[in-house]
Amino acid sequence: MDNKYETIIGLEVHVQLDTDSKIFCSCSTEFGREPNTNTCPICLGLPGSLPVLNKKAVDYLLMTGLALNCEIASYSKFDRKNYFYPDLPKAYQISQYDLPLAKNGHINVKTKEGEHRIGITRIHLEEDAGKLIHEGSIDSSSGSLVDYNRTGVPLAEIVSEPDIRTPEQAREYLKHLKKTLEYLKVSDCNMEEGSLRCDANISLRPYGQKEFGTKVELKNMNSFKAIEKALEYEQKRQRKFIESNKDIIQETRTWDENKNITISMRGKEEANDYRYFPEPDLVPIEIDQESESKIKDNLPELPNKRKNRFINKYNIPEYDAEVLTDTRELADFFEDCVLEYNDPKEVSNWVMGEFLRLINEEKMSISDTKINGKLLADMLKLIEKGTISTKIAKTVFAEIFYTGKSPKDIVEEKGLKQISDQDKLEEIVKDIIADNPDVIEDIKNGKDRAIGFLVGQVMKETKGKANPQMVNKMFKEKIKQI
Amino acid sequence: MELYKCSLSELIKMLKENRVKLKDIHESISFRISNVDKRIKAFVSLNNNIKIDQLKTKDYIDDYLKGLPVAFKDNMSTEGIKTTCSSKMLKKYNPPYDATVVKKVKKSGGIILGKTNMDEYAMGSSTENSAFFPTVNPWGKNRVPGGSSGGSAAAVAAGMAPVALGSDTGGSIRQPASFCGVVGLKPTYGAVSRYGLVAFASSLDQIGPLAKKVDDIAIMMNVITGKDKNDSTSINNNYPDYTKYLKNDVKGMKIGIPNQYFEMEFDDQVRNSVISAVKKLEEAGAEVKKVDVTGAEYALAAYYIIATAEASSNLARYDGVRYGLRSDNVNNLRDMFSETRKEGFGEEVKRRIMLGTYVLSAGYYDDFYLKAQKVRTLIKNDFNKIFKEFDLMVSPTTPSTAFKLGEKRDPLEMYAADIFTVPVNIAGIPAISIPCGFDNKGLPIGFQIMGPHFKEEKIIQAAYTLEKILNLDIKYPELK
Amino acid sequence: MIDQKEVKYIANLASLKLSEDQVKKFSKQLSDILDYIEKLDELKTDNIRPTSYTVPVKNVLRDDVVKDSLDIKKVLKNAPERSNNQFRVPKIMDEEKK
Repeated sequence: MDNKYETIIGLEVHVQLDTDSKIFCSCSTEFGREPNTNTCPICLGLPGSLPVLNKKAVDYLLMTGLALNCEIASYSKFDRKNYFYPDLPKAYQISQYDLPLAKNGHINVKTKEGEHRIGITRIHLEEDAGKLIHEGSIDSSSGSLVDYNRTGVPLAEIVSEPDIRTPEQAREYLKHLKKTLEYLKVSDCNMEEGSLRCDANISLRPYGQKEFGTKVELKNMNSFKAIEKALEYEQKRQRKFIESNKDIIQETRTWDENKNITISMRGKEEANDYRYFPEPDLVPIEIDQESESKIKDNLPELPNKRKNRFINKYNIPEYDAEVLTDTRELADFFEDCVLEYNDPKEVSNWVMGEFLRLINEEKMSISDTKINGKLLADMLKLIEKGTISTKIAKTVFAEIFYTGKSPKDIVEEKGLKQISDQDKLEEIVKDIIADNPDVIEDIKNGKDRAIGFLVGQVMKETKGKANPQMVNKMFKEKIKQI
Repeated sequence: MELYKCSLSELIKMLKENRVKLKDIHESISFRISNVDKRIKAFVSLNNNIKIDQLKTKDYIDDYLKGLPVAFKDNMSTEGIKTTCSSKMLKKYNPPYDATVVKKVKKSGGIILGKTNMDEYAMGSSTENSAFFPTVNPWGKNRVPGGSSGGSAAAVAAGMAPVALGSDTGGSIRQPASFCGVVGLKPTYGAVSRYGLVAFASSLDQIGPLAKKVDDIAIMMNVITGKDKNDSTSINNNYPDYTKYLKNDVKGMKIGIPNQYFEMEFDDQVRNSVISAVKKLEEAGAEVKKVDVTGAEYALAAYYIIATAEASSNLARYDGVRYGLRSDNVNNLRDMFSETRKEGFGEEVKRRIMLGTYVLSAGYYDDFYLKAQKVRTLIKNDFNKIFKEFDLMVSPTTPSTAFKLGEKRDPLEMYAADIFTVPVNIAGIPAISIPCGFDNKGLPIGFQIMGPHFKEEKIIQAAYTLEKILNLDIKYPELK
Repeated sequence: MIDQKEVKYIANLASLKLSEDQVKKFSKQLSDILDYIEKLDELKTDNIRPTSYTVPVKNVLRDDVVKDSLDIKKVLKNAPERSNNQFRVPKIMDEEKK
């Protein structure tokens, strides 16, 4: 944004891991249950209760670490982070301090400035806290209510190096991260339900200066857009401060979505003395080479790798490959279809065109739709055979999308079969020629493109069912004869 | 003989031989409690739901305890029975679940008799830190029963319970056992599940039995040991049938006498009694030899860092939100925390929370906590080395016999009462205290036997032998 | 040595309200205990690894299986204050937010 000051951004992302049970007890992690019905002596922190670690949470964290190019710790342990808050039942959070399960990874992001490597300092495992809500309206309420259903849902905290230089890079980093986690199926990354949350640290310094400027922590950003906007706002605010020789205060600021500004949250600073020490109720975790390799070998193909494979194997444009590998479900859909109908570019056109159009229009996820790769392939075969026209195919596609019926049945039921009957078409063509003497005249005078208009008339007449190639050919022949 | 005077093993034997009715045992004990607990004050609460007429001696999953009553220190979670830790904070707390040891006792046919008094949150060595009332040593009107499991020790000593469970973080089973003239075992860390034991210092706490005879300790160990899937720190091990080690035989056993412990200044009567007991073991065929060890004062110093640090964190959950006390004097959230904790905790608990918070606070971790954990390594290694050469090590349990109520006002002076018991917790090894005599005031003296990790059976064998040699019949203090 | 200012800082961290008398008393008592603890400096621990776990165990894990949670009545029965099946606390002021 500026050639005087360099922006330094680091991100801290909390991701809920999609296990069935909580990290230290057997309560369900299901979202949206009645308050406090997913709780037990352990996640309520009742006197005498003890934690036992969920194996899947560890596996998911290791998968994440390996997918983000991290080193896996051969020896790791848990620590207690001590602070008082009503949503934290034990008044300490079980987390990892000096020996996280994964560290020293990286993500490569592409922006208009080119490719940029962003380091990942560490990924550690910890427990989520409960939820607090105001009773009644904020102004009139005298109390807050605590629901501990979320307490103990496993979280991976992913901390980046201060390697990010622009808000755009921050957004791309997050997009890549989210995509990777979704590919791994370790989290649903739903920001609205809070299963992916992001805090940012941002500071400015004059180019060439080695020391970092005073950093500000940003919280409460509920979408990637909000993160980018908050960082942009903060960039400008800090620059103004520096240029008018005002000191930037090291503090936490919250993003106000309505006003589009960041606001100081004073008072939080009072007690950041968390008194970490090793959690005596849990034993250390040791991961040997063998179990690390086993997890590594079982990782699914990751987005970038899959994208490159799509380009090479299916010979589709990079843009297509990028879009198709955006989610694992979409890429699977594409590949399932190509397996049955070996024209990758044609499949890609349909997936990127009609399929994504409907998905976006309906705000649906892929799993909500009734269509699958095989059904799309069946439909494409009908086009190839000339049973339906490309135009009619769009109607058929929508029908499959919503109902999951076989394309054949749909064509049967709705009488959408293409008219390829020579005699029937000839009759219609003759009528159209008779009705449009002016157009015929134009064509004879060399305005070939007007044939399109005539074909259109036939399509209209047949409600789109005429075989356009045949009609086109007929017009050319007939007009020549006139 | 009155039934309440019988040991657990005697009662089991009589039940097996149909010489006595279970109902009569319960009634005798109940009668005894109503007679003497007004004076001793061992119990915080009694189980009012025992239906004496419906008690069975058989058909439990394990039949070890045959419907006999067991007293629990009031820091073990009992569903439907208040679990107070003798603290104002938990005065009304009624847990929704049973501790693993409680389940195990029930499964073996044990009946919860009641919950015994203790130093608040197990912090203390005299049971004077109970927020409710001090317990009195059955052997001396104005004497403390020791602590923190003072209620359990006094209940057994006064014939109000054939057996009791206590917890031991720095000596809290052995020291009161010593003061009250009963037997008390702290098992290896990890041998007994801590699930449901209200935590004081998680890496040191361990549940163990207090009883009249070593036989009873062996039976209770059969009941309570074992890996628990709810306690990550409990250990999978082949726990033996401990009653098989009730053998009068110490021939060839190598017993170490720690020089540094005996070089310390402590009560001469205690010293003489312990040395004479050692001689008797030697006469019985044990090989006794002196050995150099790390001074106990270092263990005590490390203990006061580790235990308080863990406690400061373990006791942070008492914030007035989910259970326990909430102050009425609350205007905002911070007040609710600090006023509740001010009203709910006693002075010793506050002192330890303060110390523990301090040693963990920014800038001090390396100097205190990390240093203490390193010292812990030294002490542990030292014991490991010694137990390569020796089967067991012995010492007094406490530097003196039971002191007077209100006698020790200075915290450091009180802490020194744990000097011989603390190193065992620091190293995680097992140790027993058994009576070895009385001083000239008629107060019991305790003899401590320490062993390597998971070798409780050796300790039990040596203790059983000593019990036989000394021929100390169960004695009962005169109580009116 | 812990001075009174430090005692107050620690009390705040531990959420303990102390009277002025207690601050004074704790300052003295905690200083005495720390003096005693200084004994540890007599031991050389430079190359010693710290012990957090006295018995060697590692990788104690459970399978990801959901079991019944506690009945809601039991969850709430000890609550000092409750409302709509939730635990009620004094209103959280903005400055108290995390």
